[in-house]
Amino acid sequence: MPSFVIVEKCDGCKALDKTACQYICPNDLMVLEPVQKKAFNQEPEQCWECYNCVKICPVQAIEVRHYADIMPLGSSTIPMRSSNDITWTIKFRNQKTVKRFKFPVRTTPEGTIDCFKGFTLPSDLADLKKPGFYTGPARTE
Amino acid sequence: MALEREFCKWSFCAKPEVVTVETDLLLVGGGMACTGAAVEAMAWAKATGLKVTLVDKAALDRSGAVAMGLSAINTYVGAENKIADYVGMVRTDLMGIIREDLVHSVGAHVDQSVHDFQDWGLPIWQKDNENHTVDGQVARDEGLPLLKDGGKCCRSGKWQCMINGESYKVIVAEAAKNALGMENIYERVFIVKLLTDKKNSNRVCGAVGFSVREHKTYVFKCKAMIVACGGVVNVFRPRSVGEGQGRAWYPVWNAGSTYAMPAEIGAKMVLMENRFVPARFKDGYGPVGAWFLFFKAQATNAYGEDYMAKNWDKVKEEYPGYADAPGTCLRNHAAMMEMRAGRGPIMMHTDKAMQKLAETLSKKELKHLEAEAWEDFLDMSISAACLWASFNMEPDKVPSEIIPSEPYLLGSHAGCAGLWVSGPSKNYMGAPDSWFWGYDRMTTVEGLFTAGDGVGASGHKFSSGSHAEGRMAAKGALAFILDHKNDKLEAAQNIDEVIAEIYLPFEIYEKYKGYTTAPEINPNYLLPKHVQTRLQKLMDEYVAGCSTMYQTNEIMLNEGLKRLTMLKEDATRLAAPDLHELMRAWEQYHRILSGEAHLRHILFRKETRYPGYYYRSDFLKIDDSKWRVFTISQYDKNTNEWKFETEPYKQLVK
Repeated sequence: MPSFVIVEKCDGCKALDKTACQYICPNDLMVLEPVQKKAFNQEPEQCWECYNCVKICPVQAIEVRHYADIMPLGSSTIPMRSSNDITWTIKFRNQKTVKRFKFPVRTTPEGTIDCFKGFTLPSDLADLKKPGFYTGPARTE
Repeated sequence: MALEREFCKWSFCAKPEVVTVETDLLLVGGGMACTGAAVEAMAWAKATGLKVTLVDKAALDRSGAVAMGLSAINTYVGAENKIADYVGMVRTDLMGIIREDLVHSVGAHVDQSVHDFQDWGLPIWQKDNENHTVDGQVARDEGLPLLKDGGKCCRSGKWQCMINGESYKVIVAEAAKNALGMENIYERVFIVKLLTDKKNSNRVCGAVGFSVREHKTYVFKCKAMIVACGGVVNVFRPRSVGEGQGRAWYPVWNAGSTYAMPAEIGAKMVLMENRFVPARFKDGYGPVGAWFLFFKAQATNAYGEDYMAKNWDKVKEEYPGYADAPGTCLRNHAAMMEMRAGRGPIMMHTDKAMQKLAETLSKKELKHLEAEAWEDFLDMSISAACLWASFNMEPDKVPSEIIPSEPYLLGSHAGCAGLWVSGPSKNYMGAPDSWFWGYDRMTTVEGLFTAGDGVGASGHKFSSGSHAEGRMAAKGALAFILDHKNDKLEAAQNIDEVIAEIYLPFEIYEKYKGYTTAPEINPNYLLPKHVQTRLQKLMDEYVAGCSTMYQTNEIMLNEGLKRLTMLKEDATRLAAPDLHELMRAWEQYHRILSGEAHLRHILFRKETRYPGYYYRSDFLKIDDSKWRVFTISQYDKNTNEWKFETEPYKQLVK
């Protein structure tokens, strides 16, 4: 139902200040059921299968059962994202073919970006109407 | 109108708390354009003393078109290319009508954003000293020079470079967050209406929206604003109508807010007849660029014939002067010739391409190649990789089907719908006087700026160009605020009435829900999904969607307009049981207005300017004698009328 939540694994992010999947879903699909305190996808036909809920879930409770009108059952695509890389394990419908890939996701530690460090910040207001950014000039040709 | 007009008097639903936020520059949207605007505007914060506020309907880390990630940066000019050639490529691809002042200035700035991304930590594939391809982390580990220091990126095409882009948006968002401070960012607030000044109806002065998490309205008061919330998705009936409709090629949450909100306060739009119909891997919508350009795969009809080689002489005959280099819509056109003749499906021969590459590669290199092929999908359209797995398809063993998708409206990719904006400076590259009115990327409404998908007649910016354009718009907006420091602004609209209008779908639902036994079926209202499917059906059937193979004519369009007009009336009867649905209700309203602009523009332009994107069957030719012009429209919300004008195209770059 695109992304789905496994009952046994979801703890409603009770140890965190917010429900991770609900926080991150770009389309506002993940909600916490107030009685059971488990998350679910409230509008499966609007799911982009962007996997952001899957990647962010702290207990790996979320997976994807792909679009029912398109894809045969049985395959799985599971990411494990760390702060600097992501590992994908892809199992085919035939349960025999398995692919594993690992890719870098960023070359700097999380949270360390200081986009002004090392730059002289602009001070001449007349430059607002001229080309160029604070990090470098525009090309002239 | 069939049903009596309803008003929200708070008799059936509770009035929300109202939060008023005063700022100088308001950024509406959280994608590439507004995150770019945020860093550039904050670099000037000390010099200008101005406050900047960003509002996003989702969470900044994963909002916008890059939410899932990307496997390539599609616009990086690089030292080896000339900006003039970039402008030439965009002109060819968008069939000869672009604002070359806008495109050229993106070309002059875009590389700086790419260099900054690499500094911030985006892994960009590079070529090592032996000219081998290495990923972005290995490039850093091996100490290869950064692109800004002369390092070589790995080109997949002339303008594209490959990246390990799973966290592309997270990185760009982090820069924006750290520049702005979280106290100046409002997440999960959906802006639905813009406010104008009492003394000057052509001046923006604020925006109103609501939290999708709590019963709270937000009223932002500002001196200038950048509206950049992406393009329009799901305005046409998609090829998949079940769960699969979520697998739109562009982000399913792009609801046309960028066009509808400015249009409602009279901002002029340009080339809204333009659309993008991406030919992509069927159903999963995986990107084809790397397969065509990097892996050198061939696409054929069902019988193994290369449709480009087969049909290109015919295309040249049909569209003389436009088929010398194969633009995106004409490539579609060549494929559609085969499909219309019943010689589909179109197949991408990934297997043959991989087998050819394997002939010269070592085992290790081959393994790397396979990973590259899968990463291309896993970075940006994961479902396309899952589709291979679910059908037991290995791309190095079997070909995959590609298909032209449902139409999308946008201004940053291979399309150029959008708002009519001021150029960067007076007579930039010899631009006519009428292309500049004081501030870079300002719409025809004073103080209202846009970037990315919002800027019309200037496509092929993609992620990097949208970021750069957001930065340019931010500078224009700051300059505007400083030049108008003494303006006293007051909203012309009655804020209480605006809020009542926004929550009307709540009032309607609560008022009528008890009338029937099933809340989904009620003669007094429509739910957002009802409005969406009705809009999609009429756009598909009458405005050149997939079901007519992208063909329409004047009579069909007028029939579509009749239906759309009634739908627009019925949209005042949208009902919403909760905040999520209230967001959906206003998204549908924005889609309707964007769809109407698209329909009316196609009706106005009596030629087929973009064969392969859509066909006016009653005017199948390109007619440069009359139509090599910008088509500009303006909506008047009070009279519900549209005015059209044209502005001649002018070539600025040789």
